[in-house]
Amino acid sequence: MSTAETPTEMPLCEQAPGENPICENPVEQFLRTDRMPHIWCPGCGIGTTVNCFARALLKTGLDLRKVVVVSGIGCTGRVAGYVKLDSFHTTHGRAIPFATGLKLANPELTVVVYSGDGDLTSIGGNHLIHAARRNLDLKVICVNNLTYSMTGGQAAATTPEDSITTTSPYGAFEPAMNIPHLVAAAGATFVARWTTFHVAQTMKAMQRMLTRRGFSFLEVISPCPTLYQRRNQMGDGLDTMKHYKEVSVSNNNANLAEIGMTKSGQITVGNFLEIERPDYLEAMRAQLRNRLQERYIEVGGAPCQN
Amino acid sequence: MPELASRREVAAAPDAVERELTEIRVAGFGGQGVILAAQILGKAAAIFDGVHATMTQNFGPEARGGACSAQLIVARHPVLYPYVTKADILVAMSQEAFGKFVPELKQGGLLLVERDLVRIQQDLPERVRTYGVPATRIAEKLGKRVVQNIVMLGFFGAVTEVVSRKAMEQAVLSSVPASMAALNKDALQAGYEVGRACLESRLPASECDQIPEYAAWLD
Amino acid sequence: MHADPTGVLTGTHFLNGDQACCEGALAGGARFSAGYPITPSTEIVERFSKRIPTIGGVFIQMEDELAASIAIQGAVWAGAKAFTVTSGPGFSLMMEHIGLAAMTETPCVFVDVQRGGPSTGLPTLPAQGDMMQARFGSHGDYPCIALCPSSPQECFTLMVRAMNLAEEFRTPVFLMMDEVVGHMTERVQIPPAETIAVTPRKLTDKAPGEFRPYEDSEDLVPPMAHAGEGYQFHVTGLTHDERGYPSMTPATQAKLIRRLREKITRGMDRITQVEEDNVDGAEVVVVSYGITMRVAQRAIKLARAEGIAVGGMRLVTVWPFPEERIHALAGRVRALVIPELNMGQVALEVERCARGATQVIPVPHAGATVHDPQQILDAIRKGAGR
Ligand SMILES: Cc1ncc(C[n+]2csc(CCOP(=O)(O)OP(=O)(O)O)c2C)c(N)n1
Ligand code: SF4
Ligand SMILES: [Mg+2]
Repeated sequence: MSTAETPTEMPLCEQAPGENPICENPVEQFLRTDRMPHIWCPGCGIGTTVNCFARALLKTGLDLRKVVVVSGIGCTGRVAGYVKLDSFHTTHGRAIPFATGLKLANPELTVVVYSGDGDLTSIGGNHLIHAARRNLDLKVICVNNLTYSMTGGQAAATTPEDSITTTSPYGAFEPAMNIPHLVAAAGATFVARWTTFHVAQTMKAMQRMLTRRGFSFLEVISPCPTLYQRRNQMGDGLDTMKHYKEVSVSNNNANLAEIGMTKSGQITVGNFLEIERPDYLEAMRAQLRNRLQERYIEVGGAPCQN
Repeated sequence: MPELASRREVAAAPDAVERELTEIRVAGFGGQGVILAAQILGKAAAIFDGVHATMTQNFGPEARGGACSAQLIVARHPVLYPYVTKADILVAMSQEAFGKFVPELKQGGLLLVERDLVRIQQDLPERVRTYGVPATRIAEKLGKRVVQNIVMLGFFGAVTEVVSRKAMEQAVLSSVPASMAALNKDALQAGYEVGRACLESRLPASECDQIPEYAAWLD
Repeated sequence: MHADPTGVLTGTHFLNGDQACCEGALAGGARFSAGYPITPSTEIVERFSKRIPTIGGVFIQMEDELAASIAIQGAVWAGAKAFTVTSGPGFSLMMEHIGLAAMTETPCVFVDVQRGGPSTGLPTLPAQGDMMQARFGSHGDYPCIALCPSSPQECFTLMVRAMNLAEEFRTPVFLMMDEVVGHMTERVQIPPAETIAVTPRKLTDKAPGEFRPYEDSEDLVPPMAHAGEGYQFHVTGLTHDERGYPSMTPATQAKLIRRLREKITRGMDRITQVEEDNVDGAEVVVVSYGITMRVAQRAIKLARAEGIAVGGMRLVTVWPFPEERIHALAGRVRALVIPELNMGQVALEVERCARGATQVIPVPHAGATVHDPQQILDAIRKGAGR
């Protein structure tokens, strides 16, 4: 397992001078200011990830007209509505297949899928597996707040054992899904996990995803103070940051089979995996060209307009 | 536009002509090219003869290896009802197909069988005329068993004249790979020759072995 | 605008309905399809997957119908014309995304080759049991357009039309085939590309700063933009305002839902396609669609031979329902006979539109095969009082 460059952990607000995400906001240009205020609760981690995303975009210097964000449904799913990019708020669980169509019909686009843990791994779990298998060039950002927040904090496939949610009032007992392990096994070519405490690393991982080709997956462990933290006596957003800081262990070479989330145990973070293999479009083109020779008409950018 | 079920065969299926419509069932087992045969026949009628033809094939467990069959309606006017109600012509390439579809054959209808694979054990509807051809044996002698369906088509063409000879040939050649054109042409030709010989001899199917053109394929 | 010749297989062919449907999609400009195999619709995408690489476009076999039905919408917003195909169980799985297409006004075509149901039902045998599902299958109130071909030839022409209507009205359009039509092989005439009219996508001519994705326009069909062109617009399945932003108020909801409905009702004249056969002076008229129309015609012939003045009305577009045509007809005949391969779905609509003005005689059939023309003939006789 090869790994990407390892950003050093930096506490919040101690980044390179002039790049402080809290003291100053260079990300406004990426937001639909006409839609503010946003719906997210105070202390919610989703906004932090959007901050990181905006900064990552800025750093890549990508042509923003060619960057598209696709979301499913959920608190995280609302991200598509706040970023000032071509953006699609689709249906619950189906952001990835929508993004698949976008990417294949216009390969010039940089397609980001931004959604929640429930959306991507439960109702949309099958699409996640298959997009990874295909090594489709999508950049998938999964905000994992360990619960179905938008609907009021029910148990999710990602809810750690013993956690209290509205549908596990006596504590969850199903093992939580280990998402990095799953997507790596399914064929993802970039896999990372950070928490909203690790803003610099999160941003760097996003930056890497945005500039590489192939199925790239980032899990960001994020607080839902309103529903998950509160019910599990984990304090507010700030307490959660402290908690993340205490229990996180960065290990790019972690054995992915052993990094499943628990309620209060260690959170293994890192850029776990980065490998090269032909992405879906490369594989498709190579195969068709090989079989059809000059009869093959390759699809380029926006091939099918009027 | 050629006449349908013309000349001699009028006798075979009188009310078919009255209705200007010929209902055909082609049946056998998987691998015999039954569906392709029906498709070629339909194509010959609908494209090269310029009449109307509707082909439906039976799907389901039937289409997976075991028995398979196709239905073809050929008519001067657009076909309305897509299925065979009473077959004017049954082409049976296997015993099972024969047993299953012979009750559907019309009185005075025409029965074409692969003579080595079908034994006519049960009573046929009244006035049915039967013709048999060793299509598989002929195909094997020509070099490839897979053209048995094309031999059968040639035979069909000779004894029924539902489609013109020219249309049949065009339909065959436009349906098989170019590398197989010569073989298919030979198969079609052989089928036609045997069919014509049977027809002209006026002998019942059981006695066709006496016809030299026929017997030549049997040893 | 006419068809791009690279996608048009001009000539006379012997094709089944599924194959012809694929050719219609290509002639209509489809350059993207996503599918998931299901009998009896699979042949459509099998052919598409073979044809499209030499025409310039993409086919992807998705992991399920949920994925297929939304992947095509992604492709549409990236600039492609797109369609998906399915049958029975797959159609049920697609429902949520039919609603999404209606709500986001994404032009796309859903082909349903109807088979016997419910559930797995009869995978290889026909029915017309999804007609109401096409109309009402997704939750909420939305209009739709559905066309019913009766032959492989029409699978071609109506698929082109479906692609065109989707663009004209920015709405999902259904091509409601059935197993018989899909698997039946007949002559199909594909005309030269320059004679096939193709409706271009209605794209905005506004500059990025001025573009409002769901702006009111005269025909109520807002011009759209594609991703990657610099408009940086937002599309959501939530109730949205003209900017495309979520706005969950009674006023926005009322405005949006009304417009979605009205853009179709206003376009009725351009959508409705109904064929009449001797309805003037008829005592009884048989109203039918799809494969049943052909069977009904045989019954009509038999009835005429008995001296009954019987006419035929064939619904090429079933949705939106030709309400006024049926109502007008109802006032002039003794009975309307409605044979269909279901237990009486369109018959309910006919009954509603007849508003008691005439006798409505459904001829239900559970599917697995077509009607025996005799069944329809009996209903005609009953309607005529014989
Ligand atoms: C088909 C369907 N089922 C259920 C829902 C209700 N629903 C909306 S959001 C959501 C859960 C979202 O959870 P997650 O993806 O983790 O996002 P979060 O809100 O936690 O960010 C559910 C179940 C829906 N919109 N659609
Ligand atoms: S409910 Fe939870 S996830 Fe949703 S906005 Fe509030 S804190 Fe964030
Ligand atoms: Mg969640």
